[in-house]
Amino acid sequence: METLHTVTEQHAHTTAHGHDGGHHHTETFISKYIFSLDHKTIGKQFLITGMIWAVIGGLFSVLFRIQLGWPDETFPFLERMFGAWYTDGKLNPEAYYSLITMHGTIMVFFVLTASLSGTFANVLIPLQIGARDMASPLMNALSYWFFVISGIIMFASIFLPTGAASAGWTIYPPLSALPQTSPGSGDGMSLWLLAMVLFVVSTLLGGLNYVSTILNMRTKGMSLFKMPLTVWALFFTAIIGILSFPVLVSGVVLLIFDRTLGTSFYLSHIVIGGVPQPYAGGSPILFQHLFWFLGHPEVYIVILPAMGMVSEILAVHARKPIFGYKAMIFSILGITILGFIVWAHHMFMAGINPFLGSVFTFFTLLIAIPSAVKVFNWITTIWKGNLHITPPFIFAVGFVSMFISGGLTGIWLGNSTIDIQLHDTYFVVAHFHIVMGIAAFFGMFAGIYHWFPRMFGRMMNTNLAYIHFAITFVGSYLIFWPMHFQGLAGVPRRYYTNNNFEIFAVFNGMNKVISIAAIIVFFAQFLFLVNFFWSIFKGKKSTQNPWNANTLEWTSPVEGIHGNWHGDIPEVHRWAYDYSRPGNESDFIPQNVPLTDKEKTEADH
Amino acid sequence: MAEVLEIKEHHTAHQLPTPDNGEGGEKSPMNISYGKTMMWYFLLSDAFTFSAFLIAYACLRLGHKWWPNPNDVFNAMPFMGHHKIPMGFVSIMTFILIMSSVFVVRAVQEGHRMNKNGVMYWMFWGILGGAAFLGCQAWEWQHLLAEGMRPFYNVFYEGKDGLTTLWNIHEQGKPMFSPGPVAFGALFFGITGFHGFHVFTGVCLNIWGFFATANGTFEKRGHYEMIEKLGLYWHFVDLVWVFVFLAFYLM
Ligand code: HEM
Ligand SMILES: [Cu+2]
Repeated sequence: METLHTVTEQHAHTTAHGHDGGHHHTETFISKYIFSLDHKTIGKQFLITGMIWAVIGGLFSVLFRIQLGWPDETFPFLERMFGAWYTDGKLNPEAYYSLITMHGTIMVFFVLTASLSGTFANVLIPLQIGARDMASPLMNALSYWFFVISGIIMFASIFLPTGAASAGWTIYPPLSALPQTSPGSGDGMSLWLLAMVLFVVSTLLGGLNYVSTILNMRTKGMSLFKMPLTVWALFFTAIIGILSFPVLVSGVVLLIFDRTLGTSFYLSHIVIGGVPQPYAGGSPILFQHLFWFLGHPEVYIVILPAMGMVSEILAVHARKPIFGYKAMIFSILGITILGFIVWAHHMFMAGINPFLGSVFTFFTLLIAIPSAVKVFNWITTIWKGNLHITPPFIFAVGFVSMFISGGLTGIWLGNSTIDIQLHDTYFVVAHFHIVMGIAAFFGMFAGIYHWFPRMFGRMMNTNLAYIHFAITFVGSYLIFWPMHFQGLAGVPRRYYTNNNFEIFAVFNGMNKVISIAAIIVFFAQFLFLVNFFWSIFKGKKSTQNPWNANTLEWTSPVEGIHGNWHGDIPEVHRWAYDYSRPGNESDFIPQNVPLTDKEKTEADH
Repeated sequence: MAEVLEIKEHHTAHQLPTPDNGEGGEKSPMNISYGKTMMWYFLLSDAFTFSAFLIAYACLRLGHKWWPNPNDVFNAMPFMGHHKIPMGFVSIMTFILIMSSVFVVRAVQEGHRMNKNGVMYWMFWGILGGAAFLGCQAWEWQHLLAEGMRPFYNVFYEGKDGLTTLWNIHEQGKPMFSPGPVAFGALFFGITGFHGFHVFTGVCLNIWGFFATANGTFEKRGHYEMIEKLGLYWHFVDLVWVFVFLAFYLM
C-alpha cells in the first residue's frame, strides 16, 4: 500500500510536469527553442542573450577608449558608422557619457548578473542536485522573458534623439532626477528606470525559483552538505539578489516620483538658470544609500557564481578534493552577510559623517577575511595536484589571479583615509574592473568551456581557447594595470578628456597603450564566439563524462533530455570531491557511487 | 490506472503536498513545500522594499526641524462635518484591516479541514475587509487632496508656537513655495500609496482564490495550500500597515 502510494504519486508528478523521460512530446521549433520551459534551454537562452549584450557593451567601451586614447584625432569612418554620436569625426561629449553609462549598466546588470546567474543557475542547479527541472518552470521562463523585455527597452533608449541615459551606471540625482540637466536625463533616463524595474522583476522570479529548487528538489541523499560548491554559490547569490534588488526598486520608485510628480525626495535647493526651483527638504545622499545598499551586494551577485564554478573546476582539473569544503561554504555565507553592511564605503567622500566612515571601514576590511579564505583554499586545492591543463582550468586560474590583484586594491580603497585621494579616480576603475569585471568574465569563460559538453553535447576547440586565454589575460592586465598609476596621480574617472590638465599630459602615451590593448582584447573575444558557435554544430562529440568529474550532471544523457534522466534520478552517496582517493582504482568517484564497506566503517569512526 | 489514481487521491487528501521533489528526494530544511518557500522568500524581499521606504521616511523626517503633528492633519471623519476626531478614522481603517486578516486566518483553518464552504465564507469576509480598507484610504486621500495636499505641496505649516496650521488655499491663495515641508506629502502619498497597491493586489488575489475554491480547484488538488499562501501574503500586508501606521500617524 505504502509503496503503491509513492509510485503512483511519482507518476502523477512526472506526467503532470511533462518530465517523464520515456515519453516524447510533439514539440515545435517555437515550443522547443523559443518559449521553452526546459531549464537547459532557458539557460542557453540566457547565455546567448548575454553574449549579444557583451558584444554591445564591449563595443561601447572601444568607442570611448578611442576618444580617451586619441582625444585630438578625428575618425570620419566612425562617424559614418555611428552617425549622430559623432560631429566632425569626433565623439560628442553627450554621447560619451551615454556610452559609459550604457557600458556599465549592460556589463554589470545584463551580462554579469542576469546572464551569468541565469545561465549557470539554470543549467547547473537541477542537474547538479538531481532534479527534473526547476521548482516552477513557468516562472523560470518568465524570468527570461522579463529580462528580454527589459533589454529591449534599454536597447531602444540608445536610439532616442536625446540619447540614452548618461548619468553613469549609478544614476545619482540630481543629474538623473532633473531632465533639464542633460539630454540623457530626459527620455533616456525614463527608459533606463523602467528597464531596471522590469529587470528586478526578472531577477526576483529567477532567484525565488533557484532558492526553492535548491531547498526542495534535491534527490535522495543530496543533503545540503553534499551539494557541489557551485550550487552553494548560486544559492547565496540568489538570496543576495532577493534581498538587495528590492531596495534598488524603492530607490528607483522615489526617483521616478521626483521626475514625474515633482516630489522632492532627492532634491533640495536647486537653482536652474538663476531660477530657484520649488524643491525642498530632499537629500541626494539618501539615494546613494539606497543605491549602494543594492550596489555593493550586487558586486557579490556578480562574483559568487564565478567563485562557485571556479571552486568546482579547480578541483576537477587538479584531480584533488576541494580544500576546505565547509570553509568555502561559510566564507560565502560570511561574504553574503558582511556584503550587506559595507555599502557606505562607496560614499566616504559624499559627505557622510567621518565616524560612520570608520565603522564602514571596519566592516569593509573584515570582508577581506572570507575573501582571503577562499583564495587560500583555491591555491591549496591546486597545490601539488595532478594538473590537467585544459581551457576551463586556465581560465579558473586566471580568475584567481584577477581576484587577488583586484582584491588587494580593495583593501586600499576600504580605508576611508586613503580613499580621500583615490575616490573617483582611475584607481577605482582599475580595482573594480580587475576584481569584478575581468574576474567574473574569466569565471564565466571557465564555466562555459567546462560545461559546454553538457550544454551542447560537443567539445570546444582547445587551441582556439588557449589563444583566447592568452590574449585576454595579458591584454586585461595591460588595460587595467596602468590605470592604478593614473588614479594615484589623481586622474579623475568619467572625464571626456583630460586635455585641459597640463599635468596629465604625461599619460598621453599610456592612454594610447590602454586603448590599443582594449581594442585587441575586444576583437579577441570573437575567437571565443567563433569557437562557441562553430562547436555547437561541428565540435567533436562529447563523451558521457569528458572531464571525469564527480557531479551528477555528468550522469545525465549527453543529448540532454526533458526531465534530465531516463528512469529514476540517481541517488547520491558521497560528496562531490572524491578525487584521487588513495586505494581507489580510478582517480574519481562520482557522487552516485555507493560507499564501499571500508568507507562505511571509516565513516562510523 | 483509474483505481490507482483513486487510491492516490484518497491518500493525499487532508495532507499538504510533499515538500521534496516528489520522487523520494531530500526534504527542505524547514520541511515546507516549494510554493511556501517561494512565498516566504518573496515576503522577505518585499519587507526590504518597505524597509527602504520607511528608512527613507525616517531620514527625511529627521532632516527637518519641524514636522506636522499627525493629530492635526488626520482628524477628519466622513459624515462628521467639521468635528475633529484625531486619529479616529485611521483607527477604524486599521481595525478593518486587522479583522480582515483574522477572517483569512479562519479561511486557512477551514482549508485544513477541507471545508470548501467554510473557506469561501471566510474568504468572502476577508475580501470585503480589504475592499473596505481601500475605500477608506480613497476617502482619506480625497479629503487631503481637497485641502490642497499634493505629493509636491504641503499645506500644513508651522504656525504660531510651532502649532500645525492649515494654509487655506481657497482663501489665502496658493504660494509658489509650499507652506509646510514638502517631503510630508510626498512620503505620505508615496508610502501609503505603495501599501495601498499591495492591498489592492492582495484583494485581487483573494478574489481569485475565492473563485478557485468555488470551482473546486483546491478540493480536487487535495489541499488548500494556495489559500495558505494567499493568507501569508495578506498577513504580511497587514503587518506592513502596522509599521506605516506607526510611522505616519502615531509618531
Ligand atoms: C577585498 C574586498 C574589497 C574591498 C575591501 C573593496 C573596497 C572597495 C571600495 C572602498 C570601493 C569604493 C572606492 C571609491 O569609489 O572610492 C570599491 C569600489 C568598487 N568595488 Fe570593491 N572592494 C572589494 C572587493 C570587490 C569585489 C569582490 C568586487 C566585485 C566583484 C568589487 C567591486 C567594486 C566596484 C564595482 C566598485 C566601484 C563602483 C563604482 O563606483 O562605480 N569590489 N571597492
Ligand atoms: Cu562595495
